[in-house]
Amino acid sequence: MANRYLEADTPELRARWGGFAFNHAWDAKAKAAIARYPESRQRSAVMALLDYAQRQVGEETQTQGWLPLPAMEYVARYLDMPVIRVVEVATFYFMYNLVPVGRFHVQVCGTTPCMLRGSDEIMAACKKRGMTKGHTTDDGLWTLTEVECMGNCASAPMVQINDDNYEDLTAERIDAVLDALAAGQQPKTGTQEPGRHTVEPVGALSTLTAMASENHDYRGEW
Amino acid sequence: MLADRDRIFTNVYGYQPWNLKAAQARGDWDNTKALLARGRDAIIQEMKDSGLRGRGGAGFPTGMKWSFMPKEYKPERPGFLVINADESEPGSCKDREIIRHDPHKLIEGALVAGFAMGARAAYIYIRGEYIREAETLFAAVQEAYDAGLIGKNASQSGYDFDVFVHRGAGAYICGEETAMIESLEGKKGQPRLKPPFPAGAGLYGCPTTVNNVESIAVAPTILRRGAGWFSSFGAENNRGTKLFQISGHVNKPCVVEEAMSIPFEELIEKHCGGIRGGWDNLLAVIPGGSSVPLVPGEQIRHAAMDFDGLKALGSGLGTAAVIVMDKSTDIVRAISRLSYFYKHESCGQCTPCREGTGWMWRMMERLRTGDANVEEIDMLQQVTKQVEGHTICALGDAAAWPIQGLIRHFRPELERRIAENVREAAE
Repeated sequence: MANRYLEADTPELRARWGGFAFNHAWDAKAKAAIARYPESRQRSAVMALLDYAQRQVGEETQTQGWLPLPAMEYVARYLDMPVIRVVEVATFYFMYNLVPVGRFHVQVCGTTPCMLRGSDEIMAACKKRGMTKGHTTDDGLWTLTEVECMGNCASAPMVQINDDNYEDLTAERIDAVLDALAAGQQPKTGTQEPGRHTVEPVGALSTLTAMASENHDYRGEW
Repeated sequence: MLADRDRIFTNVYGYQPWNLKAAQARGDWDNTKALLARGRDAIIQEMKDSGLRGRGGAGFPTGMKWSFMPKEYKPERPGFLVINADESEPGSCKDREIIRHDPHKLIEGALVAGFAMGARAAYIYIRGEYIREAETLFAAVQEAYDAGLIGKNASQSGYDFDVFVHRGAGAYICGEETAMIESLEGKKGQPRLKPPFPAGAGLYGCPTTVNNVESIAVAPTILRRGAGWFSSFGAENNRGTKLFQISGHVNKPCVVEEAMSIPFEELIEKHCGGIRGGWDNLLAVIPGGSSVPLVPGEQIRHAAMDFDGLKALGSGLGTAAVIVMDKSTDIVRAISRLSYFYKHESCGQCTPCREGTGWMWRMMERLRTGDANVEEIDMLQQVTKQVEGHTICALGDAAAWPIQGLIRHFRPELERRIAENVREAAE
């Protein structure tokens, strides 16, 4: 199990987040999420609502967002469920940040398929820029986390930064991505390998060559 | 080699748009009404005849799984189809390609499968980290609703069927079917004891079938082209085509659809540009995702990549996530990193797994540096046996098997490290 703990419930926390409530946009999304489940099963939407709460906190703090306890309490009231059940969910799932994070959450995949393709080098490149695992840099820009397999194994190594993946990395390529983000630009997402589209073999296609240039319909050849 | 015309996922690399119009031009949603008009029993029979075995790892026959659902529909206990898109097994990266590049195959499959098993709705549980992929999936589902393909009177079939997307939030264990159901109900994803099996009492206590993305997404094509076509690929008992995901030390890692039972060497040579440094440089392969034991390079070269071929080598096909390791690999570290993964992902419910995964990882870290006694190798082996089979779900087994595979095939390497460490300490 992962080591997870909540941010302390202090008067300062209450003062800052005690009045947390969804704004109009997130409230509409929350209602749409609840509508996806049968009547009286609104608790099923708890994962979605926690995600929305984290994102709203992120918008308000210019970070990836996190879940202060008052936000969890708000979600519990919203769904008519005990607070402890919400806290259980928030602490169980790794994508909910229980403590504040930086503007960019650099999540380096370190599981074996990425490790084999050089994730150590990616991690080292991040550390070289002053990041340390599990911490946020003093300027509030970066939080570094080593995460478990992200399912990009055929384009490893990879990092996920907030909502986007950057794949086929090298130390130079991750540096370029981080430089661009720090400068307020949006780097190209997905594979960073020149000439590679997604997860096809690099270079000449071994299959489905017709698809590269046109939306080929193979039914005529069945 | 499988011909392009026999590939199901023609847009797997995403060169073409995923949207409904493009998908229809490739043959998806082509008179789905006629597929449903064949009736529940005929669809299930066709799936059984096709020999399709579940693509999520366990390999249970898909058609048979569908037939376990109640034959009669009770409005107070509607049936549910839950589609497992919580792809988190290290090495696995196929469902992501289906969802972001061919989502309509999955949504059409959901309708066909849901109809065949008498379900009123499908929930697609997509892992939380697939953020952009989930955006695509939400949009594709909306397209299908807007076109009347799903929802009330889905595809003019007279059948009402909803498809919903549920995002996870970063828990590997939710890929286990009962943990997934718990998670869908808004709880911690801790697996349930079976029985009752989900087909009897699953989501919200209703009959539920959980299927992998790939198993569902291939169903419409199987019905269109016939069971005979699908079962013409692969060896007996291992039929069909399959998305293989090759990662690690090959020259060109990739995801590729191939016929089942393709020899390992052919798979690597045809699509991956060979092993890095040549075949003599191949150390070991984990052929089916992190949960299956590794196979030494010399044993796997001519093996058939299917359920039975890899079982014969003491491993398994799993999700066909092939992790290749060349001789530059620190094999003990590679397996130890997987032990850390299982420690991190244990849900904490059963003691042997909660305590055992941490213990095994710490032991593996000591073996990595050689800071151990030779007897401790046997002790570790015994502990893996005490974890295996003594937990509610298979995560305990999955944590044990990679270590057992390492000890089985690389014991001399473990002993060498211990001996060298002792020498270092003496100096």
